[in-house]
This record gives sequence, C-alpha cells and structure tokens, in this order.
Amino acid sequence: MRPSLIGAAIAAAILLAVGFGFPWLKIPLILAFCYGMAALGIGVLLRAGQISFGHAMYACISGYTVAFLGSRFPGLDGLLLIVLGTAASIVAGMLIGAFVVRYREIFFGMLNLALSMVLFTILGKFYAYTGGTDGLRVNRPTLLGMDLSRPEFEGALLVLAILASLAVIWAVQRYFRSSAGQALAAIKTNETRLEYLGVSARKLLWQGYVLSAALCGLSGSLFGLSQGLVTPEMGYWLRSGEFVFIAILGGSGHAVGAFVGALLYEFLKMYAAALVSGAWQLVLGATLIVIIYFLPKGLVGLFSRRRSAVEGQP
Amino acid sequence: MSTLLRTQGLTLAFGGLIVANKIDFELSEGERLAVIGQNGAGKTTFINICTGLLRPDAGRVEFDSADITGLSPRHIVRRGMARSFQLPQLFLDHTVRQCLELAGMAREKRLPFWRSLSFTSDRREVDRVLELVSLTGRQHEPAANLPEGQRKLLDVAMSLMLAPRLLIMDEPTSGVSTEEKHGVMEIVMGALEERKVTAIFVEHDVDIVKRYATRVAAWIAGAIAADGKPEVVLADVNVRREVLGE
Repeated sequence: MRPSLIGAAIAAAILLAVGFGFPWLKIPLILAFCYGMAALGIGVLLRAGQISFGHAMYACISGYTVAFLGSRFPGLDGLLLIVLGTAASIVAGMLIGAFVVRYREIFFGMLNLALSMVLFTILGKFYAYTGGTDGLRVNRPTLLGMDLSRPEFEGALLVLAILASLAVIWAVQRYFRSSAGQALAAIKTNETRLEYLGVSARKLLWQGYVLSAALCGLSGSLFGLSQGLVTPEMGYWLRSGEFVFIAILGGSGHAVGAFVGALLYEFLKMYAAALVSGAWQLVLGATLIVIIYFLPKGLVGLFSRRRSAVEGQP
Repeated sequence: MSTLLRTQGLTLAFGGLIVANKIDFELSEGERLAVIGQNGAGKTTFINICTGLLRPDAGRVEFDSADITGLSPRHIVRRGMARSFQLPQLFLDHTVRQCLELAGMAREKRLPFWRSLSFTSDRREVDRVLELVSLTGRQHEPAANLPEGQRKLLDVAMSLMLAPRLLIMDEPTSGVSTEEKHGVMEIVMGALEERKVTAIFVEHDVDIVKRYATRVAAWIAGAIAADGKPEVVLADVNVRREVLGE
C-alpha cells in the first residue's frame, strides 16, 4: 500500500504541475481523467468478461442532468451538480441494468449499444427540451460557493478531477479485491460454478453494472462542466467505442490502468493530429494493434508482469 | 437413518427419447451410492433433474422432506445439495485458495464489496479443506495450472466448502489416469467421511464401485434396472450384460 500511495502522490503532483505550468494542457488533462473514469467503468465489466458498446449513454445522462439542473436552478453548486448528475446515471444504470444483465457477450454489448442510440436519437429530436443536436449550454456554476473566472474554474476542475480519480482508483481497486469483486471476475471464467455455489451471477453483474454506470456518470458530469456544453455526441456509439478502446489500452488488471490508457490516448490523439494531421486515426489503430499483440493485459500488464517476477507469485 | 433425497415418478423426454422413465428413488443419510450405466442411460440427466438444471415433465424431487422440483440450481445448492462435475467447473483465473474462499463466502450468502476476500473468508476452514484434498502446496497457483486429477479434487473441495448434506459427483475419476484414480477417490471419500457428507457418484470403474460404494444403482434406458448392495447388483445378469458389457 505504501509504495502505491507514494506513486499516486508523485503522479498527481506531476500532472498538477504540468496542468498549471502549461495552462493550455488543463483541458486535455481534465478530458483524460474523464475518459479514464468512463474507461474504468468499462473495465469493471471487462473483468466479468462483458463489454458494452453503449456506456457513453451514462456519461450523456449525467452531462445533460448537470446542464438541465444548472440552467433551471442557477444557484446550485458545481460539486452538488456533479453528485446529482452521477446519481441520475446510477438510477438509470439500476433500471437498465436490471434488464441487460440477463444477456451476455455480444448480446449484452449490442443491447447497450441499441439503448444508447435510442437515447442519442431522443436527445437529437426533442429540440424544445434538449436543444436538439446543438445541445445545451452548461453555465459555469460556483465551486464550493466560490465564483471563479474561466481559467480559475478550469484549474479547480483539474484539481477536482485528479482528486476524484485517485479516490475512484482506490475505491474500485478495493472492490476488485473484495468478495463481490472477485466473484464478479468469476462470471468471466465460470458462471455455471457460481450458480452451483448458490450465487446469483445476475445480481453480481448488476452490481458491477451499476458501478460502471456511476463511473461513466461521474465522467460525464465533469466533462460537461469542463466543456461548458453538452451535445448528443456525448452519448454517440463512437464515444462508447473510445471508452472501450481506452479500457483495452490500459487493461483491467488494476484500476489505475484505465487512467494510464486515457492519458496515453489523449496525448497520442493530440500529437498524432499535429504530426500526421490527416491520418491520426491510423496512429491510434496501430497503437491498439501493438498493445493487443504484445500486451494483451493492457499497459497495466507491464507492471503486473514485473511484480510476478519479483514476488514469485502470479 | 432418515431419507435425504426422494424422487417420485420422475419423467423427462427429449422429443421421442425418454431419458427418465418414472424414476422412484430414495437415498438415506450416510449412504455412498454408486450410479452405473452405459453412456446415454440417463445417469447425468437424473443428476441434472435432482440439482435443478433440468425440469422434469412429471414427478417430483424431495430433498430433506421439502419439495424442490423445479427450483433453480442456486436455490437447491443453498438447501445443502452440492454437486461436482464430470468436467471440473473451476474459476481458472483465480488461485486455488481463492476458489475455496469464494465458495466459503457463497455458503455464508454474503459477498461484501469493501473488505478483501482473503480477510473476510474463514481462513482456518479454507486451510482445513485444502489439507483434506491435499492441495495445500498449490494453494497460491492459478487453478488453471492444476492437472486433471487435482482439478477434480478442487471441484469437490469447492463443494465441501459449502458444508453440504449431500454431494452428487458426476464421474469423479473420469479423465484421471488409472494409476491416479484410486488416489483421487481415496482423498475424496476420506474427506466425505470426515465431513459426514452423504454422496452419490457416477462411476464406470467396477473396482472403484466395489471398493467405495455402500450401494449401487444401475441405469438402463432412463430407468433404474437394479438397486441394492454392490455385490448383488454387480452380479445381476441383466446388469452384467447391459451395463458391464460382459
């Protein structure tokens, strides 16, 4: 625990220094943390051997909740908006989860995709409530009662995103090691056995699903606040695909993987777009192929492999 | 001894093929019943009905005087009827110890989110069961590393963690080399003896049946053709011809 705590503190300090040293990097960094949280949500499902191509809908639900409540009740604090947005995603995850956890693998993935596209279409069509494809503006709220200028607000959001990410990594990692988390991973290897131990795999997967919706929700509310705008694109399947991409890039062996993947993804995208502007997707695609081929457990696989050599334990 | 498992008129057909034909059966506490029969005679089907994987077309299953017909495997397991499999059903990504820890937590019907599995589970009980099936030396290895014989043992051990009253084992020695078979059975039967678990096991090896069973039931074409003491059933003319292929 100690070395990881020191590592986390150093990483957080470096990222904060980068964000405040190069102010134009604040937003990309915040976005990377948002992507990391959402990818961690996907990672939770990956541990159960399931994949969702529709989880951007939870980021979208949360983002729109923040935008809607923010304009309807202008006095609400930013932190409260984040909590309420995440809560909306949790409720949605509970309801949708109760239905989709009956399915597995490709059916699970496609059902989530289908539901997210329903939401995407609704958001695009009900112009009067959702602003249609233009989306909704997110007014800059106060943070802890402080009325901040745009640059100050971005700085505060970056601090918040880093703190939230650290808390999330710690909590999710505890969950992964808990009885419920270990049993969730058993869904991937042997659901029959779980059933014959008297355990409901559906209930376990539902718990994991709600957690993944919560993580995507948290990501979505931070995303909405940092962008100042939410659009239906937030819930489009391409966005869900990006979450899956990052989750695989980072690996689901440890909760930190999603964030390592997200930082790499965000900066790869930024530099690839600058260097080979017409073909940045090519760089991303090639990266994923390399990762899948050489590091099937994602970037975190690098660390766990070294550790097993040291401790002699897998 | 009281009756633990009872079936009445158990019937199931897959299309035109009758796989269970009005099976009336009773098992008392403490018995070691060997189930023998050719492939396709309906042995595994019978187990699948008793453990809730298949629903019978007609008839009922009683466990510990309660009707369990049509309950899901999950609910039947919770009542104390555990099962091991012909192909061991393990959590291959987990370590041997974690497999047992998960089974132990499942028995207590609680899977906390927060506290780590290794701290919450009953460490001493896990140690005891590991000892019982001689897997202590490999407890920190992934279950995927085990050879078939030890996989069978781990499969049985996971069921033992549930502290069942009845354990149904589908071919506990299939896929295990002839030399290892007796070793595996010795360990399994010793563990069942110590835990006072009643057992049904499907078995093809006559030597093993003779040595470990207190009773034998021979299946032919979806029905029990002979049922009784091993020496009597194994000497039955019909059983010798149809089941043992002599």
